[in-house]
Amino acid sequence: MSGLATADCRGAGGSPTPGLVQGIEPRIRIVMAAAFAIVAVTLQSLPLLALTISLAATLAVLARLPAGPTLRRILGLDAFMVPILLFLPFTVPGAPIAAVGPFAISAEGIHQAVQIVLTANAVVLAVLALVGTIEPATLGHALLGLGVPETLARMLLLTVRYIAVLREEFDRLRLAMRARAFRPAGDTHTWKSYGYLFGMLLVRSFERAERILDAMKCRGFAGHWFPAEVPPPAARDWAFAGILAAALLAIGGCAAAGLVAG
Amino acid sequence: MRPVEPLFSLRGIGFGYPGGKRIFESLDFDLRPGERVAIVGGNGAGKTTLLHLLVGLRKPAAGRLSAFGRERCREADFREVRARAGLLFQDADDQLFCPTVLEDVAFGPLNLGKSREEARHIALKTLATLGLHGFGERITHKLSGGEKRMVTLAAVLAMQPDALLLDEPTNGLDTAAHDRLVEHLDSLPQAMLLVSHDGRLVERLAERVVLLQDGRLHEAHAHLHPHRHGHTHLHIHPLSAAGDHGSTTHDLLDEPLEVGRPG
Repeated sequence: MSGLATADCRGAGGSPTPGLVQGIEPRIRIVMAAAFAIVAVTLQSLPLLALTISLAATLAVLARLPAGPTLRRILGLDAFMVPILLFLPFTVPGAPIAAVGPFAISAEGIHQAVQIVLTANAVVLAVLALVGTIEPATLGHALLGLGVPETLARMLLLTVRYIAVLREEFDRLRLAMRARAFRPAGDTHTWKSYGYLFGMLLVRSFERAERILDAMKCRGFAGHWFPAEVPPPAARDWAFAGILAAALLAIGGCAAAGLVAG
Repeated sequence: MRPVEPLFSLRGIGFGYPGGKRIFESLDFDLRPGERVAIVGGNGAGKTTLLHLLVGLRKPAAGRLSAFGRERCREADFREVRARAGLLFQDADDQLFCPTVLEDVAFGPLNLGKSREEARHIALKTLATLGLHGFGERITHKLSGGEKRMVTLAAVLAMQPDALLLDEPTNGLDTAAHDRLVEHLDSLPQAMLLVSHDGRLVERLAERVVLLQDGRLHEAHAHLHPHRHGHTHLHIHPLSAAGDHGSTTHDLLDEPLEVGRPG
């Protein structure tokens, strides 16, 4: 919740110094992020993955991503993967290189763990640089422009609009609970109260959704949306896409030709 | 009363929510062109429901509803009604669903079949008439309460309606925003049907008041009541400015200062 809200604040306030990436047409950035992810997940070779991560880092620098928050987000993802990474060396069959008690550690397991870490971090960093810097409303319109199903893109746009409203409603309800001396604890009373809180939030959101649809009907909405106006990409957008595509093709080509061994 | 055909005409309307008690029993009502009518009534009397019935958001269980010279029953009938009678919702957040102000104000004209360029032009022009120059690129959910209200009015007016249906338009507005809104509403030529608990608004705008009670509408006599009796007024000013001011003599209807009225 707060993630989207902050992203939106930044979008409206304008990031302090927009980088080169921010000047590139949003649709191009989304497509290139997807291409980047596809290339990254097909790579097996660790040196090539290291190259991919440095490419992502270059994009992050070009987008002038703030170091602190970016690192925190990436570490958040890594923390999520820790359990899997710890188990892989023990569970993947292969040549044992060491043992912890009765459990053997396989070289293949370690290779796979490192590969997953590099791939995930490269993709996340690239997505943060290319897509994470697009203002949410612009992102919605760009997805529409790319032919993403209307319903999905409109849901994103409506979420961007109403997440703060829902947040306010949630805060009001919680404040009302606290005003009556509610203190969360581990007992059934707490869980029941939280159940009511979220139930109430759900009911109110549902009612609000109906009122919004009513209001839209009142302004002539009959189920048909009008496509957003998106200007075609300019020469520099294509140049950016070309350079990035060439880099990705080079990396993918090396992997396919088996030039760099894992 | 003018002998013109009414914009809206309700005859014998009955309505009740599923599982609830009947809200309207044989309700009759006319709204004529250029007329400004206020509906008053207690909480839950069905004032908002009545506005929703007029534009077909709710369908009556009984009776006949004519709007703009034709009887309306089905959803398709009401499309035209909604374009010609702009409903201003109680909560501005329900109405402003687009990320930016310009998109929101242009939404209605686009739905009416205007080209993108025309819709944009109409939206900008409407915003300008309401004193909202330069609001186009503002993010809707970051507007203040008063600004949201003015933008919703712009969104409704951009459809160039013949009538305005206003549901508690001054709810939650501070004095300055209240006065600005009322000023604009008063300058508009459209027929108005307004639901409000705001005495000042009703006094300023309405030329006819109807009372919604027990599922029926009763013509009410709204008049300024000349009083001459001792009463106290709530005066609020900064402590520093609390100079010596004694009691003043109010002869005729001096409206009490309203501060923090419960919404």
